[in-house]
Amino acid sequence: MGRTLAQKVWDEHVVRRGQDGEPDLLYIDLHLVHEVTSPQAFDGLRLAGRGVRRLDLTIATEDHNTPTAGIDLPIADRTSRTQIETLRRNCAEFGVRLHSLGDAEQGIVHVVGPQLGLTQPGMTVVCGDSHTSTHGAFGSLGMGIGTSEVEHVLATQTLPLKPFKTMAITVDGTLKPGTTAKDVILAVIARIGTGGGQGYVLEYRGEAIRALSMEGRMTICNMSIEAGARAGMVAPDETTFEYLQGRPHAPTGADWDAAVEHWRTLRTDDDAVFDAEVVLHADELEPFVTWGTNPGQGVPLSGSVPVPEEVGEDGERQSVERALEYMGLAGGTPMREIAVDTVFIGSCTNSRIEDLRAAADVLRGRTKAEGVRVMVVPGSARVRLQAEAEGIDTVFKEFGADWRHAGCSMCLGMNPDQLAPGERCASTSNRNFEGRQGKGGRTHLVSPLVAAATAVRGTLSSPADLEPLPGRSVPAGALA
Amino acid sequence: MEKFTVHRGVGVPLRRTDVDTDQIIPAVYLKRVTKTGFEDALFAAWRGDPSFVLNQEPYRAGSVLVAGKDFGTGSSREHAVWALRDHGFKAVLAPRFGDIFRGNSGKQGLLAAVVEQGDIDLIWKALEAHPGTEVTVDLVERVVRVDDFTAPFEVDDYVRWRLMEGLDDISLTLRHADAITDFEAHRPSFKPTTLPARAAS
Repeated sequence: MGRTLAQKVWDEHVVRRGQDGEPDLLYIDLHLVHEVTSPQAFDGLRLAGRGVRRLDLTIATEDHNTPTAGIDLPIADRTSRTQIETLRRNCAEFGVRLHSLGDAEQGIVHVVGPQLGLTQPGMTVVCGDSHTSTHGAFGSLGMGIGTSEVEHVLATQTLPLKPFKTMAITVDGTLKPGTTAKDVILAVIARIGTGGGQGYVLEYRGEAIRALSMEGRMTICNMSIEAGARAGMVAPDETTFEYLQGRPHAPTGADWDAAVEHWRTLRTDDDAVFDAEVVLHADELEPFVTWGTNPGQGVPLSGSVPVPEEVGEDGERQSVERALEYMGLAGGTPMREIAVDTVFIGSCTNSRIEDLRAAADVLRGRTKAEGVRVMVVPGSARVRLQAEAEGIDTVFKEFGADWRHAGCSMCLGMNPDQLAPGERCASTSNRNFEGRQGKGGRTHLVSPLVAAATAVRGTLSSPADLEPLPGRSVPAGALA
Repeated sequence: MEKFTVHRGVGVPLRRTDVDTDQIIPAVYLKRVTKTGFEDALFAAWRGDPSFVLNQEPYRAGSVLVAGKDFGTGSSREHAVWALRDHGFKAVLAPRFGDIFRGNSGKQGLLAAVVEQGDIDLIWKALEAHPGTEVTVDLVERVVRVDDFTAPFEVDDYVRWRLMEGLDDISLTLRHADAITDFEAHRPSFKPTTLPARAAS
């Protein structure tokens, strides 16, 4: 019987098959490290007198704690500074390549890996961060791991893992203008639920997925964890190869040819069987936004906040009631009538150059809604440089947005970029958990297009809701 | 790692579903570089509320957390496990867990036991009817006992073995160091390396 893409990648990395219920021992091709989940792992190595087995398969960057303003100043928060300094000390002591704040390659770990061409098809990629699923966009197996596993990979370059089940998520048809990768994944999570992917590796397939750019595919794979899945993947194709060719760490010459030949085999066989299958029709999708406190609590922008009394199951009704209380929303409110205080464009989900271009296209020539704070945080220093070379930063600045330096920023508020209690935010990030963006903060997950249109109108909106600009025949965002 | 066979302790009913790792420990507490002392951070956002279960006697001293489905979803932060452990929890019972959280638990001696929702409901009722009721979590027999009620739980065979033996993964893996070296000798040459560093021009 044929194998799925995930099974092929798995099989290629088995160092030793587990016996009698033991897990398989899998080789890890790339280990991404950041300051938050690594200090205790390096301590563990020191205590055991161990080194890093493969420094040449390990790379570190500073992202979660780093300030996005005043980056040439010492980090004001003492504990953040200690954590960053600890990473620097650990990397120096063990010999790990590190991209520090101020370096052109610094940025969110999941933006940096692909950008350097280090993430390639058919690899196993791990990081002490659940959004490592992002790397699955290349047809690699990208898995988030805990600190004990970080230490394990540093010491052995392997991980003991039990095989996962596989789920096909097929998105057929063509996305309508204004509907993006983010809307697709929010719709997928609303369909299968935050626990629906547990125990599975998801493979995104179908015409609509094939039509996406690598950055769109990364957005989708990034949020696989939000459906509870351990990883999400897209089979590599010409779009993948084109994205990779010429990147700093992409293979060259004969290695490139050998790599591409191998990468072409990385697709699910026609006779392979998935453990579960879900089908979505792209032409039925529209911009999607969340109303609640987990990423599965979302509806189309044209919809309304659910009414708890109309929710059937008891446990589910309590969960909706609790979410609405936290979010300060009344059941039945149309999503488009929800006014926000802040718009955040950033995070490993939506902070790449295409995301910034799409948002800037909407904002160009428009005026910011009164009282709304808009923060734009590029995913990496390299993305920021690229945006500045294209003049996109000027669009944001003229609009009245705060143009920041790279980092995780307000996605999780470990640095000073946080929501105040009760502050409501349209955010291109990945989690709307209680307190995620700051204690008491209220998050609505949206696409970059919806974020931008919301910044113009002040209420949750799509570019289609905006008045046409004089002299512009195509509505902004229609081409995104 | 301490061996885990049978644990008996006060059960804490946490009647919530989707308790993600941001609720277990908010990001602001992840800035520490130590591996212990996270007890103050556990459920930080809820600890200010006097009606929250862990703020009430006799639950304060609880060591078996009984939660709703999808406990520990979201972020990979192992700090969530450390915070539970540092607070004194030895086991968490729930109908379903986030995968990464469950994996992290097993590596820190915290048992994440999958118990059916119907049984969780009965245990919640028992713990609320008589606060301070003790729950026995028997990893050998794979059952939880509350008074004369007994319910089975699921746990991965390998995780169970490691918990019962108190073994850590790295030393287990290093028994196969030769297999790792063999594997490395056959990796394709086109696989990327991070060193020497090549930056974009």
